[in-house]
Amino acid sequence: MGKQQTLKQEKARKTIMSIILGIICLIYMMPIITILINTFKDAGAVKGNLFALPNGESFVGFDNYVTGMTAGSFPFWKAVLFNIVITVLSAFLILLFCSMAAWYVARVNSLFCKIFYYLCVFSMVVPFQMVQFTLSKTADSLKLNTPWTIPVVYLGFGAGLAIFMFVGFAKSIPIEIEEAASIDGCGPLRTYFMVVFPMLKPTLISVGILEIMWVWNDYLLPSLVLDLAKYRNIPMHIQLTTTGSYGQMNLGAMMAMIFLSIVPIIIFYLVCQKYIIKGVAAGAVKG
Amino acid sequence: MKNNQTSAGGNGQAAVKPKKVKYKSGHSSMTKRSLRKWAWLFIGPVFASFIIGFLWPFAQGIYLSFCGKFNIISSARLQGLENYFKAFSDETFLHSFLFTAAFAIISVVLINVLAFAIAYALTQGVKGSNLFRTIFFMPNLIGGIVLGYLWSMIFDGLLDIFTTQNLVDNATFGFWGLIILLLWQQVGYMMIIYIAGLQAVSDDMIEAAKIDGATKSQTLFRVIIPNVMPSITICTFLTLTNSFKLYDQNLALTGGKPARLTEMLALNISNGYSNMATRGMAQAKAVIFFILVAALGIAQLVATRKREVQQ
Repeated sequence: MGKQQTLKQEKARKTIMSIILGIICLIYMMPIITILINTFKDAGAVKGNLFALPNGESFVGFDNYVTGMTAGSFPFWKAVLFNIVITVLSAFLILLFCSMAAWYVARVNSLFCKIFYYLCVFSMVVPFQMVQFTLSKTADSLKLNTPWTIPVVYLGFGAGLAIFMFVGFAKSIPIEIEEAASIDGCGPLRTYFMVVFPMLKPTLISVGILEIMWVWNDYLLPSLVLDLAKYRNIPMHIQLTTTGSYGQMNLGAMMAMIFLSIVPIIIFYLVCQKYIIKGVAAGAVKG
Repeated sequence: MKNNQTSAGGNGQAAVKPKKVKYKSGHSSMTKRSLRKWAWLFIGPVFASFIIGFLWPFAQGIYLSFCGKFNIISSARLQGLENYFKAFSDETFLHSFLFTAAFAIISVVLINVLAFAIAYALTQGVKGSNLFRTIFFMPNLIGGIVLGYLWSMIFDGLLDIFTTQNLVDNATFGFWGLIILLLWQQVGYMMIIYIAGLQAVSDDMIEAAKIDGATKSQTLFRVIIPNVMPSITICTFLTLTNSFKLYDQNLALTGGKPARLTEMLALNISNGYSNMATRGMAQAKAVIFFILVAALGIAQLVATRKREVQQ
């Protein structure tokens, strides 16, 4: 009897906790929901009361999205395209070359490799401000200042974390498999691409997600390197339009732009959620 | 599953490889030798861009911090420690240091307490835990600039109701605005790490504590928390360095306004680069900042590792 009662209590407690957590979640989502609501209001209504729902007068349908995407001398859709180009190229370069270098470091393990590895680890604790000025000058003089070439800078600055994670994993792969491949007549290149690369898949996914999130959201590096009249990524564009130094934008359209820059991230998150959460948990354990 | 593996060609072959312990050392050095011939391809691209993207700018940065006024790097001339003296006597730099330190202490405590509490609640078998987890983590993926503007709109909308001031008019608002923003962004991330830590605590141990008559809070503080100490170490370390290096959110939310009162270290340094007169000093500040971040990380790791051993 007593046991049944505690069970009942336990169940009631869990339901209450579920409700409380649900309410907290709803509050947690409020900022994004507020922005979403405001994307359907005209500029005056956004300025008037941010938390009011659109009414017959202030409701503008999808006008804000159209203006937000196309307004200004540098339309937002171009920034989105450049963002995609930079992110895809950078992630590709980092995944391909860092995994190759990490395998080399793990297997050859010469003095040069050790020094390189520790330099990579070292680079992870260096704040960007340390190289801010000099890196932008170096990138400029090497013509690494277009969306097509800036991935080289990302490869260099992002190498630290990627190498660190890949080396950790490559060392745990049994060497016998590679030996078997080379006895069967595979050269290093084929051994790498046919045997090692497929085995690196879990790490490729977690490093890929980390680098994609970093490059997609990065503001400082592209803003220092890219010529903002010709090229912008999303954070640069948001920063430039909101500070108003390059033409004021209507607030409703601004809301639509902010919302549109969140949407791809949320979609990416919902699609890759399993890997993202696993990657966070696994990456943290390694420290 | 098993069937699948044996019939799948590549996987199956790799799994039944013969053991060749005898030739291991000789052979592996052979692969090593043939691998070395390919060094230019395997390590070359990363090494070259690592020099461009990190090593060379880093070395130049150290050098420039000892130089006089310069516009381009080739015009810089060595001058000595003057930039460092200037940096230490720069009021805005000292203010941004204190601001950042206060910000870091408060955000580290709040983020970790909240993240742990939510993680604890979500590991109690409550219905909808997965959905809640998904929602709490989501803000973490939004970039700092977008996040900053999103919140500056929200804060200004809220402040409109209660005051006539905006977020950028009042340094206290700016400070707490940044704290709320960072909480919103990072609690979900740390929560994931704590959930992983909590799930690793064995149920037997908790059951044993219950049988021994431990109350819920005793179980939490005497059994669970000591066992998730590694997660606490990691999260504290992560939040501390994140707070110290915060830049994008600071720039987008307050931009240092009013009157550079809400400038954090990274923004203060970054602003210094735009003016030729303060460029050398900014580079010296950056070196100090780098040493500070590195030292903090090491000190914290050592301190929390020690506690783990004691427990």
